Amino acid sequence: MTAEVLPMKSGAELTLAEAFATAKAKLPGGAPVAALREAAFKRFAATGLPTWRAEQWHYTDLRAMLREAKPLPGLPSDTAKARAKDAGKLIGDVDVRRVVFVDGVFAPDLSDLDNFSPGLSIRSMAEALTAGDKLAAANLGNVVQSEQEGVIALNTALMRDGALIHIAKGATVDRPIHLVFAATGDKPASVFTRSLVVIEPGARVMLLESHDATAGHQVNTALELVIGDNAHVDHIKLTSGPEDLIHVSSLMAAIGAKARFNDFAFNVGGGIVRNQLFVRFDGEGTLAGLRGASLLRGKQHVDSTLVVDHKAGGCQSREMFASVLDDQSRGVFQGKIIVQPHAQQTDARMMTRALLLSEEAEADNKPELEIFADDVQCGHGATSGALDEELRFYLMARGIPKAEAEALLVQAFVGEAIEGIEHAGLRDALMEQVVAWLKARGGR
Amino acid sequence: MPLLEVKNLHVTVDSKQILNGLDLAVDKGEVHAIMGPNGSGKSTLAYVMAGKPGYEATEGQILLDGENVLSMQADERAAKGLFLAFQYPLEIPGVATMTFLRTALNAQRKARGQAEYSTPEFLKLVRETAGKLEIDPDMLRRGVNVGFSGGEKKRNEILQMALLQPRLCVLDETDSGLDIDALKIVSDGVNRLRSPDRAMVVITHYQRLLDHIVPDVVHVLSAGRIVKTGGKELALELEASGYAQFQGEAALAP
Repeated sequence: MTAEVLPMKSGAELTLAEAFATAKAKLPGGAPVAALREAAFKRFAATGLPTWRAEQWHYTDLRAMLREAKPLPGLPSDTAKARAKDAGKLIGDVDVRRVVFVDGVFAPDLSDLDNFSPGLSIRSMAEALTAGDKLAAANLGNVVQSEQEGVIALNTALMRDGALIHIAKGATVDRPIHLVFAATGDKPASVFTRSLVVIEPGARVMLLESHDATAGHQVNTALELVIGDNAHVDHIKLTSGPEDLIHVSSLMAAIGAKARFNDFAFNVGGGIVRNQLFVRFDGEGTLAGLRGASLLRGKQHVDSTLVVDHKAGGCQSREMFASVLDDQSRGVFQGKIIVQPHAQQTDARMMTRALLLSEEAEADNKPELEIFADDVQCGHGATSGALDEELRFYLMARGIPKAEAEALLVQAFVGEAIEGIEHAGLRDALMEQVVAWLKARGGR
Repeated sequence: MPLLEVKNLHVTVDSKQILNGLDLAVDKGEVHAIMGPNGSGKSTLAYVMAGKPGYEATEGQILLDGENVLSMQADERAAKGLFLAFQYPLEIPGVATMTFLRTALNAQRKARGQAEYSTPEFLKLVRETAGKLEIDPDMLRRGVNVGFSGGEKKRNEILQMALLQPRLCVLDETDSGLDIDALKIVSDGVNRLRSPDRAMVVITHYQRLLDHIVPDVVHVLSAGRIVKTGGKELALELEASGYAQFQGEAALAP
């Protein structure tokens, strides 16, 4: 018997391997789930944490950035729960149904679980795994095959809890569902959450997902979305947290025919944030908007990476990501649009824009098109640059002081992306966050 | 004391000398026209007065009420009552015209220690002023100058001028790109702002605008200096004979 060669060698990888070995017996789920976890960890172990050598991680060398992996958290403390009550404030006063997770564990006492509209069901993922829930078993890890991504495999191996939501055929969920993920424990921890939302044909829902954290946390969160034919889904993810937060998020969405999907990611905090989206069009005539805005300062690093797979024809996708970069921050955008051989009449437009407020900030943009059909309209564009001095002078010549003039221009820049959100109240709330961010920036 | 006094002004742009010892004095209540051939320094004079970065005064002074504005930022000059109507007004996508107008007006009032306008007061003021300039209220909801025609952009400049009530208005080639109807609306707007407390400097290449905004004094600018000053008849003379004679004079100037 030959010795097993482990490519995993970094301290963080070894800690994660130990954590999995110790925790696996206690993680939720019966034998099939345990097998799923075991297989997933094997896949993770085969590659280890992604490094710059992997094309999709070229600008975010997670192995180098994750010097040490934090331990898995215990049960949430009362302080962590108390803090979680204030989590998710970025959404302003939009009326929502809060479903709260503290340190990766469902907190029913902090959640609003009364008066579900017909056709809506929400349960804890941990509970569902333990009970051998069929919906979870059928879909988990199967929505978009992206398990070659080490961080997703790691999430599958170590997933602790999350939301399992089902929306019945034709049902309209009247209040937006707000998944509040609060990694608010005192002790820095590695938090793994996994959610699955199955939206049956013709159903309609708005899903908000906010992530807040206290110092030192490492979050690996994943969400799978199954969107049926003619369904209409809005998903808005808001990420904030301290400058030592490492946040890795994966969204996998499979969309049916004639559906509408509007996704928006708003990043305003965290030290290292990776938002990856894997979206596949399975049916014809669907419209999807994938957008995002990031406001970065200090040494923040935010990487938005998306793979949009036009498997079915006649679909339209619009990708628009804007980032404002101050100080020594770095914004990464990688967008790949794939048009499969039979996906004729695909209409895909991708745009990324970076506004650099400092000489030391950096924007890396990598748009890619892989087109295998011949009757399509696809385009991409990328811009990065400083604030327009001519525009600033025009505003100042009208008596607007420099800081205020710059703030107006930044708001205008970010506003273009935020306009893509359909919910007016949420648009206003996010614009307020932009104003607050600019105010904190002051008159530099 | 004149409202505006420019003394021995030397200005360089990209290390190139453009203004070369310019002197000018404008009293309250007066309208002065500055005419000159292309490249004589007309727009440079407008920009250096407004405080555009990159327009460096190497010598001389620009005094507004006896106070040198050269050390002030553009916004401070505006708050002191200086207004430049741009030759090419800029488009600012994403900043609604109303937000822009209100921010500018209140910033100036704040800088002068005056109370900011309330929303109803402001809206009333804008509606009335825009109406006189035949500006469609729908335009004010759009981004600043976004999708505006050339004439609409110029009317928007005059709207800003009318709202901000500056003491010194500098109009840079306000007639460029205007058809005859738009020229009339814009000129009427400017003429309504003529007042014994306000001075205007109208920069133009052509005499046409001065048929509508009749100046008290006409200056000819050539190679960065004022080479001739006269009454409004000087503009007509220039229209007939062209600028060639003054280009010759400037060439002879020390």
